[in-house]
Parts: sequence; structure tokens; C-alpha cells
Amino acid sequence: MTNTQQLKTDVLVVGGGTAGTMAAIKAKQANPEAEVLILEKANIRRSGAIAMGMDGVNTAVIPGNSTPEQYVREITIANDGILNQKAVYQTGKLGYEVIQELDSWGVKFQKDTYGNYDLKQVHRVGKYVLPMPEGKDLKKILTRQVKRHKAKVTNRVMATRVMVKDGRAIGAVGFDVRNGDFVVIQAKAVILCTGACGRLGLPESGYLYGTYENPTNAGDGYSMAYHAGAELTNIECFQINPLIKDYNGPACAYVASPFGAYTANAEGHRFVSCDYWSGQMMLEIWKELNSGKGPIQLKMTHLDEDTISEIESILWSNERPSRERFHESRGENYRTHGVEMHISEIGLCSGHSASGVWVNEKGETTVPGLYAAGDMASVPHNYMIGAFVFGRLAGTNAIEYVRDVEHLEPDIDWLAAEKARIYKPMQNPDGIPHTQVEYKLRRIVNDYLQPPKNTYKMDIALNKFINYHDTLDLMGAKDPHELMRCMEVHFIRDCAEMAARASLYRKESRWGLYHYRIDYPEKNNQEWFCHVNLKKEDNNMTLFKRPVEPYIVDVNLEKEVYDVKVTSK
Amino acid sequence: MALTTQRVDVPVIVDESKCLEKCNACIEVCPLDVLVKNPETGKAYMKYDECWFCLPCEKECPTNAITVQIPFLLR
Repeated sequence: MTNTQQLKTDVLVVGGGTAGTMAAIKAKQANPEAEVLILEKANIRRSGAIAMGMDGVNTAVIPGNSTPEQYVREITIANDGILNQKAVYQTGKLGYEVIQELDSWGVKFQKDTYGNYDLKQVHRVGKYVLPMPEGKDLKKILTRQVKRHKAKVTNRVMATRVMVKDGRAIGAVGFDVRNGDFVVIQAKAVILCTGACGRLGLPESGYLYGTYENPTNAGDGYSMAYHAGAELTNIECFQINPLIKDYNGPACAYVASPFGAYTANAEGHRFVSCDYWSGQMMLEIWKELNSGKGPIQLKMTHLDEDTISEIESILWSNERPSRERFHESRGENYRTHGVEMHISEIGLCSGHSASGVWVNEKGETTVPGLYAAGDMASVPHNYMIGAFVFGRLAGTNAIEYVRDVEHLEPDIDWLAAEKARIYKPMQNPDGIPHTQVEYKLRRIVNDYLQPPKNTYKMDIALNKFINYHDTLDLMGAKDPHELMRCMEVHFIRDCAEMAARASLYRKESRWGLYHYRIDYPEKNNQEWFCHVNLKKEDNNMTLFKRPVEPYIVDVNLEKEVYDVKVTSK
Repeated sequence: MALTTQRVDVPVIVDESKCLEKCNACIEVCPLDVLVKNPETGKAYMKYDECWFCLPCEKECPTNAITVQIPFLLR
């Protein structure tokens, strides 16, 4: 017999990572009387993309160095013109305040001898990278602020669906991943901050959890927003990153390139002019690897001892500190070896590319009372500062929204059906293990959806993903922990179907490798200068074009083309 | 369904001589929730092979009882 826990709050934040902790803090700052609850399937002290901190800010717009207008311009060009500039502008405008507030909480950013923020250039144009060599305790600091602001936290509960009534979000349901309790939370507003879909493609190592993203981020929010009726956008603009081969983490060029490191082919020659991650850069990497001039490497061997030691001290303590033991076990050293780089598995993540739940410049989705922020909310190239900015916007705007609404009782039949859906694998403990079901699903993603994309392969993929509902029904779970993984496979399947349908719908190529179609190899602004959005309508996945919002910063995209190819080698 | 149990090399190694029975530090911080206590010994161990080799367990262990290896397939 399953216990049911019933909770009630004004604002519910699902996911306590970068965006979620900030959303809760800002909601409480806006109205200390309001009840704010963070629901987290891990523990907010060490959860999300920055569980082990971050080594730098990639999108810092600091007065005296750059302006929000310049930032919007650079991201407009990098994202081939498809974006809501008003949303990107927020990251440029509010990022500085976020950095100052984090600074006041004890987060350490690199400063020069005059005490000014010490910005570095990694982007094609402009200085936006602010190193954080001591950024390892970011999550501990945020956790302390969540407590100080008296936001409530429920750890180890995973949400599975947003509850919707009368067309608005009224809470969420899920279960305790340790004791198995069914959890129903009524809320006046829900903020989804569940991160990327990092377990979409399968890493070449074959290890399910050896992903670039924190593998807890399985596309939960993409799936929950979809089932709540919200629009998603740019899903065909996959996340694909240049990573340390096998280790599958960043090398990290953003740290090392300001010191003079660069990406080179096996002959030691540069083939990209800029190490800022973009689809265009990834296409050059893909071509280089297929030209016979691979493997490619991040080259540091030409740097002096002091510089290499400094790079190492940053890389071994932040973000993915186990890089050190990975290199050590292979007898590799930055003084003597280039770091072999490879192309990551595909994922969905607007923090790096542009795929996510549609949000406007207030963090609102298309469903009233439902907000999204962070890697799952579609604000292109938004990175960590963008997650903080949109967490902040969603938190403050949700508080404003809940003033005028009341709690609504969830529908009893809907709750019973969702409960039955969740616990089905527990009724069948000897069913097929989630590991096998997930492995097969993600192998299909690799085989048929990984760029270069073509119609025949994607048609096969789509068909397999649709039929995979039957396979999900065969899964068995022996305990609540296994049940968590089973329900994550449901999220991954939803994301895979969205990725296939959106990729088939946009009949052109755009964003370099992210949406490179063999059968439509050129960019076609005439027909496709628009978003491809999708939503659930009458239980069907419907796709449609959504016009790009009018620009607030003029960019001539005919003249300004993002090109990082090095032609003379 | 017919099932079998396969042996796997897991990345998180716990030195039982150092692991404290009353401490849950590693279990509480693991993002993937893969560590549990052996009810008979009170010592922590890696029950589920789902590791991101992210290291909070190792860093937060008060007695340095934990060593995280890179998972065998990636090593």
C-alpha cells in the first residue's frame, strides 16, 4: 500500500539547481510571507549542472567591458537569427546584478589588481568570460541562501507531471525516490527548473551515466511542460559539445584558451578561429574528424610551466574535478600531451544551444501559472548566468502572479491515473530492467537521430520512438530507486520523439552541426526564418512555425554570418 | 521475464575501516542516490552502478573513506 503525502505551497519550484535555488530565493525576497517550496530529486547541496561548482561565467555583461546590446548582437549572430531578443537581453541586462549579489554571498570571481572583474575573451567578438578559479562551493553557498531566506526544501522527491486545471498550472505530482510515497503538491504557480535532457544520446563509451550533463537531468521538465500543454521550441537545435574523449567532460577551452590554448587537428594546425561552443564550430570539428586529419586536440604543450599549473589548479578543483585522475590513469599530461577531443552525444539544452520550453522575457511559458528557467527554458546560449537571471525573473514574476489566484483541487480521476502510471513497474518487479530499456532507446537515438540528419533515418527513429511506449510497459522496478530511473526513461522517450519530429519538420540546415540535414544542406531564410514550436493538442504532438519576435537590436544577418572556419592551414 | 545478475566493477570504493556507522554524509550528497548503508555492517557501499564520477561523496566524507575511480568503461 503506497502512502500519499499532500503538500500545499504558494510557489512550487521543481528542481533545486542553479535556476531553482535562485528562483526560490528571489520569490522569498519579493514576498517573505509567501510559501515557497523547492522539490529536488537529489539534494540541493550537490545537485544540478553545477553540483561541483563552476570554473567561470561564460556570459558576463559587465559595464565597461560590454553592453547588453553588444551581447544580444553576438548571440543573435551565433544562433543564426532565431531567438527572442527580448529574453536574451534580460541575461545581458541583469547578469551584472546577479554577479554582484553572488559576490556579496561569498562566491569568488576573478578580479584584477584594482579589484575590477577580470574578463577574458572567448567569444568571436567581445569579452564575456569571467573566471571563477575558486567556484567549487557555489552550490553550498546557494543552499545556505535558500535556508537564510526560509524557502522550504524537499529533497529526494521526483516530480513526474505538472497538474493543470482550467488551463493553468495548479501544482505537481511525483514520488519519494527512497520510501516510494506518492506526493501531491498543490501550488498557485509552478516554476520548472529541471535542467537539460542530458541522457538523450548514448556516450560512445556505452556507459549510460557517462554523459556531459549531470545524468540526473533526463529531460524531466521538457516532458512535464509538454504534458502540461506548454509550447516547446527549437528542439531540433541539439546540444552537441566538443569534449575530452571517453571522459566526456569539458577540457575546458573556456578556461584554457584565454591562457593561449587552442583546438588543433592531429597535425597541430588550427582549423577553427574561435573556441566558443557553437553549432558552426561543431560542424568544423565534425568535418575535420571526417577529413582524415583527426583526432583533434586541445593543445597546451606550447605553454610555460606556470601557465599549465594554473590551468590545472582550476580544472582539478571545479565543475568536473575527476578530470585529473582520468588523465593520470592514462599517463597523460598537459605538458607533453594534447587533450584528445571528441564529439559528445546529442542532448537538449538551451544553456548551450537553444532547445527548450518556450519562455518570454518574464520566464512565463504559454501555460498560465507555469514558469521555466535554466537549461530547459529556451533562451539561447544562456549558460549559468542566464539560469540565474531567469530563475530570478521566474521567481519574482510568479510571486506577482500568485497574489490574485487561489489553490485549485486536483482532479481525482487524473490523480488516480497518474498514480497507476507511476507505480506500474513496481507491480512487475521482474520486468525488463530500466538499464536495458534505456540503453536500447538511446542507441536508437544515436543510430538514427545524430547529425548529419536525413529523412529516411529520422522516419525510422520516429516510428521506433512511438512504438517504444509498448517497451516502456515491460519495465520492472524492484524498489523506489529503480522506479525513479524507470520514470526517467519515460522522460527520455518523450524528448526523443520531440527531437525526431522537430528535426523532420525544419526542412533546411541551420546552427551548424546541431541541425545539419544531408537532404536539405543549405540554410533557407525564405521559408525557415522562424521558430519550430510544438505542443500537445488532443493527445497529439502538433508542430507549427512561430514567427521570430521583432528585433530590439538591429542585426544585418545577410552580412553578419557566424563563421569560425580557418581556411588556410 | 527471466533475469540474471551480472557482476560489474563499480567506481565508488569505500574503506570500511574508516567508514563511520552513524554518518550519512556521502549518501546525502550523491546526486544519483547510488550509495546506501549495508544494514548488517552500517558501512556505506555503492548499490547502483549509476555514477557521474562527480566526487561530492569523496569530498564530503569526514574520514576520507571514499575513493572514486573513473568508471571502467571510460578509464
